[in-house]
Formats: sequence, structure tokens, C-alpha cells
Amino acid sequence: MAGTSLTAIALAQFRRSHVGLVGAVLVCAFVLVAALAPLLSPYDPVSADFANVLSPPTRAHPFGTDDIGRDILSRVVYGSRISLQAGLFTVAVALCIGLPLGLVAGYLGGRVDNVIMRGLEVILSFPGLVLALGITAVLGPKLIHALFAIGVVFVPNFARLIRAQVLSVKEHDFVAAARALGASDRRLVILHILPNCLAPLLVQCSFSVAFGILTEAALSFLGMGTQPPTPSWGIMLSAGRGYLEQAPWLGAFPGIAIFLAVLGFNLLGDGIRDALDPRLKT
Amino acid sequence: MLQLIGRRLLATVPLLLAVSVVVFSFVHALPGDPAVLFLGEEATTENLARFRARLGFDRPLIVQYGDWLGRALQGDLGRSIRTNQPVTQAIVERLPMTLRLIGFSMVISLAIAVPLGIVSAVKRNSGVDLASTFFALFGFSTPNFWLGLILIYVFALLLRWLPASGFDGVRSLILPAITLGTALAALVTRQLRSGMLEVLRQDYVRTAQAKGLADRMVIGKHALKNALISVVTVIGLQIGALLGNTIITESLFALPGVGRLMIDSVFSRDFFVVQGVILFLAVGYVVANLVVDILYSYLDPRIRVH
Repeated sequence: MAGTSLTAIALAQFRRSHVGLVGAVLVCAFVLVAALAPLLSPYDPVSADFANVLSPPTRAHPFGTDDIGRDILSRVVYGSRISLQAGLFTVAVALCIGLPLGLVAGYLGGRVDNVIMRGLEVILSFPGLVLALGITAVLGPKLIHALFAIGVVFVPNFARLIRAQVLSVKEHDFVAAARALGASDRRLVILHILPNCLAPLLVQCSFSVAFGILTEAALSFLGMGTQPPTPSWGIMLSAGRGYLEQAPWLGAFPGIAIFLAVLGFNLLGDGIRDALDPRLKT
Repeated sequence: MLQLIGRRLLATVPLLLAVSVVVFSFVHALPGDPAVLFLGEEATTENLARFRARLGFDRPLIVQYGDWLGRALQGDLGRSIRTNQPVTQAIVERLPMTLRLIGFSMVISLAIAVPLGIVSAVKRNSGVDLASTFFALFGFSTPNFWLGLILIYVFALLLRWLPASGFDGVRSLILPAITLGTALAALVTRQLRSGMLEVLRQDYVRTAQAKGLADRMVIGKHALKNALISVVTVIGLQIGALLGNTIITESLFALPGVGRLMIDSVFSRDFFVVQGVILFLAVGYVVANLVVDILYSYLDPRIRVH
């Protein structure tokens, strides 16, 4: 019966969770804004207009303009692209490195497991932001370097999660059955074990996208991520810092944008987690 | 207990060695020339060669590492390229500021989170519970640099109650401590709430209630004590975030602490200082985790058995 599959139950659970729904709506809105940025932004996000410097929110510029007359609404809209990119890219880096490590460590166990986990512990010995900042500083302050660095910081979390999942899944009878039927290690891991690890991974991805967005904004705020004139929310906040008294709208709107995007992915993660495992509900 | 501490300490040694290799390779072993890292792309070949010879970058890596580690173990992390100040001295000078900031932010966040967490668990689904849920959501998703800007705007610029930046007595630490501590307060509130809800369901709590113990005693002595164990875990997990976020907070509020030293040195390409600060923070983090681990097994005897 299709209606009682585990996915269907999880989906039904998810629909009942207000938290998850609010998160999903925020995330959808965020993705739509990023996708439709050229249509939604009334002005060019990087062209200066010196006749209209530091204009407060008006009908022509709903979010006001910045210190060289750029339209803040357009910059916030285009900034969503950088943030979305940051969230997805960092998680992609973490997945590409962390997923295979976790699978191998969990499946093979023994010495390989030991070496991998000890190695990850080294990454975990650094406060995340310090490591990300250090890597970015050495590679040079560029967005792509910052995103790579943040992704590396996430690797241990992904690898540990996958490893723990693999350890519990590989004891199940269906794995033994598949092995008895002559399935190769690779087939066992990819076709039988991995699909059973995806649910918690999805939750982790959602939280990590939120954290990736937050960290990219933080590094850009410190001047180590996106470089001007690219409109990134972190950079806009950093620019708004100098005009806090004179023009508070410079920092207000990019700040709200970061908050909503991060909140969206956090709530989505909460919602998915509750839907997949109602016991964990707090 | 002593045996456990000894075992944990011993396990930390190889970890710290590995950490030192990573920190060393930040400057020396990464693709690219360390001399270029310090002097920038536009430096002349001649200057680069002279720089390399002066700092011994032309020796084999393993020799450089041994030399560097030997000195680091004696507390010598090299000298700043810009000011010629010993890196260790630069860190030690700024450390009290950072420790005060972290300590103060922990005090503030616990002062908010503990009562809020208890009340929202005891009076589940009440107004307070709802408010604490929103507080937790807000606290966890707000970028702290934005929160800091809002606090500066409201309390320093509009109301003129507190200084916006610089250090001038404890008053200057109030806004930075709130900026740094809000995320922690949010997490502890949630954790304490769910921990309390879990504990309040236990039989021994019902027994305590059944024998006529006052609510205050049941909650304070029986429930809270056990719920606090999970709070220690959360704080332990958040030490890294606190240490990292001091960089943002100190730079936002212009506080002369270790985090500010790091970001300033990054911008002036003073990589011996950057390297020293990273090593220092990593070692501090590992030690802090060790302390939390030991504290944790002290609080929860079940862990000691394993």
C-alpha cells in the first residue's frame, strides 16, 4: 500500500508540524528570490547613483540607498544568491569529503576507522570559526576560499553522523541477506547501507546550510569572504556599521535577510527531524 | 577518578601534536611560498630570498617544524613581523580581556537561560514557555554581528546608556557579552527545558512528590541537578563557538583581546602572530574540552564506570 510507506508517514508528520512548514515556506521564498533576482530587483545592485546617496526608505527605494547611492533592496535581493551559494557549496564540500570518510570508517571499522576518526578529531580541536578564518587567511580572502574553509570545518560532523548510521544499519538482517546473496562491498554500501543513512543526513544538511550562510556572512563581515562590490549580506552589514547613526537602514535589511534565511533552514531541519523521528520531539 | 584524568591527559598528547602539525603547515607546508604569504605577491625575488634566509624558510620542513615545536613548547611562538613583539607576550597581554568577555557572557547567558529553562519546563505550554521558545529561535538564528549592531544602535547611540566601542571598565563589556552570549543562552534554555521535561517524568521525581516534598525541593534538588548534566554538555560543545565568536565580538566592539589580535594580524599579513593565536586557541579549546569531560564524569557517575 502506497499510503503507508515510511516516506508517506514522514511527509504526513511533516505537514502537521507548524515549525517545519514555516521553515519550508521561508526556504522556498529564499530560493525563489535568489532564482528571480534579476526580475525582483528594481535597480542594478552594483551601479552607484551619487545623486541619491544614503536616501532613507522611499517609494523609489523601498529599503533606501547606501553610501554611494546603490539601491539596498536590489542588493539584498542579489545578496540572496551569494548566501544560497554559500549554504549549498559549503554543504557540498562537507558531503564530498565527509560522506565517503564516514562510510568507509563505519563499514570497514578497525584500524581504518581509528585513523579516520583520529584525523577528524584534529579538525575538531580547532574552534570552527578560527579554523575557517585561518584557512581563508592563508589561501587569500576570496569567497571561494572562505566557502571551502567552512566546508572543511563541517566535514567531521558529516563523517561522524554517517559513521554512526552505518554502524547501526550494517547490523540489520537485510545487509546480512544481501551479503549472503553475494553482493560486493561496494554494492552493499551504496545500494543497501547508504539509502538508510539519508534521513538523518537530510536533517544535518538543513542545519549545516543555515550555519554555512551564517558563517559566510560572518567571514564577509570581517572582510575575509566575499569582496566588494559583490552584494553579500555580510559585506552590506559591515558597510552599514559606519553609518549606524546616520543611516541605520544600511544594516537593518541585510541583517533581517540573514536572520530569515538562517531561521528558515533551522526550522526546516527541526521539522524534518520531528517528522522522521517523533520520539526526538522536544 | 585520578586514573580517568590521567588516561584522558595521556590521550590528549598525540592530539596536540597533530594540532601543532596542522598549525605549522598553515604557514610552511601549504602550496605557495611562505615568503610570498608574508610579503605579498608584489615582493621582488631579491626581497623574498633575503626574507627566506633570515627566517630560515630555506631549511628542510622537518627541521623547521622541530625547531618551531621545540620553541613553542618553551612558550616561544616567534616574534611579530610588524612590531617585533614576542607573539606569546602579545597573546598574554590580551588574554585577560578575552577571558573576561567569555566569562561575563557565560554568566549573563546562564542567568537568563537557567530560570527561563526551568520555568518553561515546569509550566509547559504557558506564556513563558512560548516566549522562551521564541527567544531560543531568535537567539539561535540571529547573526551575532547583527545583534551587536542592533545593541550598539539602541543602547549606545539612541539611549546613550553604554559605550559603543573600546574598553573603559566593566560597563564596556555588557553589550559585547550579550552579543556573544545570546546564542548560548538560547541553546541552554532549550536543552534545560527538554532535560527538565525528561527528568520530571521519572519515577524518582514522582516518589519525591508523593512523599510530600515541596515543589521547590523536588524541582530544585531532584530534577534540576540531573537536568544540569545535559547543560554542561551543551556548554562544552559551545566553547568552540564562543572562542571563535570572540573574534567577531572583539572586532565589532573594538576590544583589545586575542580575537582582535588575530583578525588584525590577518590583515597586516603578520602570520607568525596568526599562527601563534590559532595554536593558542586550539590548545585552549582542547584543554577546555578535557575539563568539561572530567567535570561531566564527575557529575554523572554512570560515565565513570565505562
